[in-house]
Amino acid sequence: MTVAVVQFGGSNCDRDTVRALGALGVEAELVWHEDGLPDDADGVVIPGGFSYGDYLRAGAMAARSPVMAEVRAAADRGTPVLGICNGAQIGCEASLTPGAFTTNESARFQCEHVHLRVENADTPWTRRYKEGEVLEFPIAHGEGRYEVADDRLAALAEDDRILFRYCDADGAVTPEANPNGSKHSVAGATGDRGNHVAVLMPHPERVTLADVASTDGADLLRAFED
Amino acid sequence: MTAFTATVEVRLKRGVLDPEAETTARALERLGFELEELRSADRFEVDIDAESADAARERATEMAERLLANPTIHDYEVGVEERRA
Repeated sequence: MTVAVVQFGGSNCDRDTVRALGALGVEAELVWHEDGLPDDADGVVIPGGFSYGDYLRAGAMAARSPVMAEVRAAADRGTPVLGICNGAQIGCEASLTPGAFTTNESARFQCEHVHLRVENADTPWTRRYKEGEVLEFPIAHGEGRYEVADDRLAALAEDDRILFRYCDADGAVTPEANPNGSKHSVAGATGDRGNHVAVLMPHPERVTLADVASTDGADLLRAFED
Repeated sequence: MTAFTATVEVRLKRGVLDPEAETTARALERLGFELEELRSADRFEVDIDAESADAARERATEMAERLLANPTIHDYEVGVEERRA
C-alpha cells in the first residue's frame, strides 16, 4: 500500500501527514500535483494547508486542478481518499463530498483542540473506534463551518455518512462545543461514492505521533493499512 | 466578434450565515453609522469577445457554475455589456 499525499502550492501539512503515516508503518509519499497520481497509489490524502492562498474560496483552485480529476477517478475505482482540513475544503469543492466548508462563525482563524464524537464506527476511517467514543483532535482553520442544504444534511444523517460531530469532553453535542458554527456540528463526512472517501476539518495527523500530542488520530490513519 | 464585459456577482444564499458581513456591519456601527443589515458580494468583471451578447452571457454563466460560485452556498447573477475600447 502506497499512499499518495498530494502537494499543491500552499499545502503545509503534507510532510506531517507522510511522517504520521510512516510512523504507523504505512508507506506514503509526497506527490506534486503536476506530476499526477502514481499508478501504484493505493490511497490518497489531500492534506491541509492553504492551497493557492485560499484565493476565491478555500480549496476552490486546487479542486479544479487536473490531479483532482485523477483523484475522482481513483475514488470511482474504490481507492480510499481522505481530505484533511484544506483537503476537506478541496474535497467538497471537487464534489468528492457534499456541502462546503466556509467562514467560521467567529470570522476568525481558530487553532485549538476540540472534542469529536464518533457518529458512525462502521467505516474504514472509524472502524477502530467505538460509536459514541470521544476523541480529542486539533483544528486549525478559518473556513471550517460546514454548510449543506437541509435536505442533503438529512440524507447524510439518514445514510450514516456523518463521521464525527463536535462535542464536549463528555460527548454531548452542544452549541457551545461547536467551534465554528458547523451545521449539525458536522466535523467530517463521507463521500457520494461510498465510505472509502471522507473529509474532515480536524487534523488526525497531528495526533498520531506519541511525542507530539495524544494519539487519538492514529486509528483513523490506520485505515490505510487495510 | 464583439467585445463584451460580463459581470458575475456572487453572493451567499439567503439564510447562509455571513460572519464577515456581520463583522463589517459591527465595525460600521462602531464608526457611528446606523444600519439595519449589511450583505456583501463578490463581483467579477470578465472581458469576453463573443459572437453575441447571449453567447457572452452563456460563457460567463458557465464560469459562474464551474468556478466563480459554489452552488452549495452561493447565488449568482450575470450581466453583459458591450465593451468600448
